[in-house]
Amino acid sequence: MNKTWLITRREYSTRVRNKTFLLSTFLLPLMVIVFIVGSVLIASQGHSRHRVAVMDANGYFKDYLRGDSAISFGFSADLDTTNYAEKGYTAMLIIPVLPEKQKTVYRLKYKKQLGLAAAADLESRIDNAIVDHMIYQKTSISRSMLDSIRKSSHIAQMKSFEDNGKVAKASSQGASTAVGYVSGILIYMLTFIYGAAVMRGVMEEKTNRIAEVIVSSVKPFQLMMGKITGIGAVGLTQFLLWVIFLFGLMIFAQMLVPHDVLKEVQQLQQANAMGTPTAMPASETAQKVYQATGFLNSPNWGLILTCFLFYFIGGYLFYSALFAAVGSAVNEDIQEAQSLMLPITMPVIFSFFIMTIAVQDPGGQLATWASIIPFSSPIVMMARIPFGVPGTVPWWQLGLSMALLVAGFIFTVWMAGKIYRTGILLYGKKPTWKTMWKWAFKA
Amino acid sequence: MDILQVKDLKKYFSSQKAVDSISFRLGKGSIFGLLGPNGAGKTTLIRMITGIFYPDEGEILFEERPFNPVKDIVHIGYMPEERGLYKKMKIGEQAVYLAQLKGLSKQEATRKVKEWFVKFEMQTWWNKKVEDLSKGMGQKLQFVTTVLHEPRLIILDEPFSGLDPVNSNLIKDQIHTLARKGSTIIFSTHRMEQVEEICDHIILVNRGQKILDGSVAGVKQQFKENLFSIGLEDANTGPPPAADAFEVVGSKEGALIVKIQDGHRPNDVLSYFISKGRNITAFTEILPSLNDIFIRLVEGTPLARQFAPVTA
Repeated sequence: MNKTWLITRREYSTRVRNKTFLLSTFLLPLMVIVFIVGSVLIASQGHSRHRVAVMDANGYFKDYLRGDSAISFGFSADLDTTNYAEKGYTAMLIIPVLPEKQKTVYRLKYKKQLGLAAAADLESRIDNAIVDHMIYQKTSISRSMLDSIRKSSHIAQMKSFEDNGKVAKASSQGASTAVGYVSGILIYMLTFIYGAAVMRGVMEEKTNRIAEVIVSSVKPFQLMMGKITGIGAVGLTQFLLWVIFLFGLMIFAQMLVPHDVLKEVQQLQQANAMGTPTAMPASETAQKVYQATGFLNSPNWGLILTCFLFYFIGGYLFYSALFAAVGSAVNEDIQEAQSLMLPITMPVIFSFFIMTIAVQDPGGQLATWASIIPFSSPIVMMARIPFGVPGTVPWWQLGLSMALLVAGFIFTVWMAGKIYRTGILLYGKKPTWKTMWKWAFKA
Repeated sequence: MDILQVKDLKKYFSSQKAVDSISFRLGKGSIFGLLGPNGAGKTTLIRMITGIFYPDEGEILFEERPFNPVKDIVHIGYMPEERGLYKKMKIGEQAVYLAQLKGLSKQEATRKVKEWFVKFEMQTWWNKKVEDLSKGMGQKLQFVTTVLHEPRLIILDEPFSGLDPVNSNLIKDQIHTLARKGSTIIFSTHRMEQVEEICDHIILVNRGQKILDGSVAGVKQQFKENLFSIGLEDANTGPPPAADAFEVVGSKEGALIVKIQDGHRPNDVLSYFISKGRNITAFTEILPSLNDIFIRLVEGTPLARQFAPVTA
C-alpha cells in the first residue's frame, strides 16, 4: 500500500476520532453566527441619533429642513456656539445668508465627529431644503402640495438582474455580499485552523523524536504530504458536515411552513419566472417566505460550492505547506514558531482585510488583483464569486486565479519539502529565514 | 556475501566534514560495532545507510547491488538515538502502523506485533497509550517496532540507554538470536564494555574519518603492548627480577605485570623465572580493553567537533 496514503489515514483517523474535532465542528458555525450577528448589531448601533442646533441668517431653513429619528434640528434663538453642547445638541450648524448664483460656505461645529454617513446625510438635507425653498418661491405651487409630493414620491424600487447573455437572472446584492463575506471568513478561518494544525503536528513529530523513526521508513516528503492531506481531509469532512447540517436546517425550516403558504410561494415563483405581475394578491407570510427563498436561490450555489472547495483545498495546500516548513524548523518552543509564522500569517490577515473591501466593491482594481495573486486569491476570490461569474468575475480572471493558485501551491509544497527534509532532523538553535532559504534553494 | 559495502562515502555540511571518505564492508550475520566520540559522524553515516541523507560522494552497495533507498528500506530496521513514539496513540495500533510503513500488510503486521508482544510479555499493553509507559517500557516497544519486519540489516543507535539490566539482557539475547537467524546488526554506542560483549567486528570513526577497522580480537591483538601477567608464589618478595627479555611494569596480588621487550618471546620470560627457581602459578597475556584503545586513539583530538570551515 502507498505509504503516503497510510500516513494520511493515520492523520485522518486519529484526528476525526478526537473529541476536539466534534467540538470544533459544532462550535465554529456558532462562532461564525455570533461574529456576523455581532457585527450587524454593532453596525446598526452605529446609527446614533444626532441633534443639530441651527443658527440661520436666511430664516427659511426652519420651514424646509426636515428632521427625523436619525437627525433632528433645533432652532431656538438662545442657541449659540458656546452653549449648544450643554443644551443637548451634538453639533451646531451656522448658515450665513445664501445669495443666489454664488457658492457660500456654511459651517458645522461639533465636539465629536458625526461620522461620514451622517455628515453626507446632513448635507443632502440642507440641499433639499434649499431646493424646496426655491421651488416654493419661484412657482405657484402650494406648500402642502410640495410636502405631499415629497412624501409620496418614493414609489420606485430597484431590482437587479445579472445579465449573462441568454437569461437574465434575478440577483440580490445583499445575498451576494452575505455569501461572499461568509465564504471569505470561512476560508480565512479554515486556513488558519488547519494550517496551524499541520504546524503543530509537525512540531509534535519533531519534539517526540518520532520523525527520524518514520523517515527511516518513508521519505520526508511523503511524511509531510501525508500529514497535509490527512489534515486537509479532516477539514473537508468538517465542511461537508456543515453543508449537511445547513441543508438539514433548510429542510426543517421548510417543513415548518404551512402547506397553503407554500402553494402561494410557488405561484409567486412561477409568476416571477414568467415575468408577469402577480395575478392574485399573496398573503404577507407568503411574501416573506418568497423573499427568503429568493435570497437563498439567487446566488449560483453549484458554482459557489465548487469554487469554495477548490479555493479551500488550494489555499489550504498553499499555506499549510508553509506552516509545515515552519513547524519543521523550530523546536519545542512555541514562541520560536510564532516569530517564524509572522511572514505567513501577515498575508492571510491582509487578505482578510482586502476581502472586506472586495465585498463592497467586487469589481475594483484591488479586489481583482488580490483575487488573482495566490497569496490572497483563496479568500478574496471567494468574496467576489457570489456577485456573479462571468459578470463580476470574468472567466479569464477565474481561470488565471485558479491556475496561479495551483502553480503557487506546487511551488510552496516543493519549497516546504526541502526545508522540511533538513529541519525535521535538526535540533538545537532556531534557524533564521536566511538558513531556511538556503535549505530550500541551495541544498 | 557482504550485506553492506560502503565506498568513499562523503557528506559535507556547510560548517564541517561530517563524513569524510569512509569505506568499509560488512559480512552477513555479523554484529558490527560502530564506535566514535560524540560528533564523530556516526549518525550522519547511519543516515546515509538508511537513505535519510544522500551522500555527496561515494557509493553504498546493499547486498552487492547499488543501494536503492525506496526499495531496500524495507530490509533495514533503524532505531535512531533520537527516538520517540506518538504519545497519544494506542501502543498496539502504533506498532502495527509502523510495521505497515515498512511494507507489511495489516494482517501480517498485527500477527507479528502480537508474536513479539508475547515474547516480551507486553500483551497487556495493547490498548495503553505511550504516555502511560515508563522510559524503559518505551525502549522495549521501540526495539520491537525496529525488528518486527524481520529486516536483513538492523541498525541500533545506543539501544540500551534507559534500560535496566534485566531488560538490557532481554534485548541482548534478542540481538544474538537475530544475528543467528541471519540478520546483520550495526550497533552504535559509546559503551565499550557492551561492544566487547556483543560485537564481532568494529570500526572506529573520529572527525568524519575511519581510524580503525577490524574484528574485536584482531584489534586487541593490533593494539596489544606485549603485557603479560605472571603469577608467582611469593610474587612480591625479594628484589625485583631483572632481565633483557622483559621489564616489570607493575604488580598485583600474587602476580607481576611484565612487558616483553622487542625481539623476545613469552618463553624467555618463563625460562627466566624457572631458572631462578620460582614457582609459576599462572601466565596470561593482558590484552588492552576496547575502552583503552578508544581513549588512546581519540584522546588529543578535539572532542567536541570544532566548527572548522570546509576546505574541500
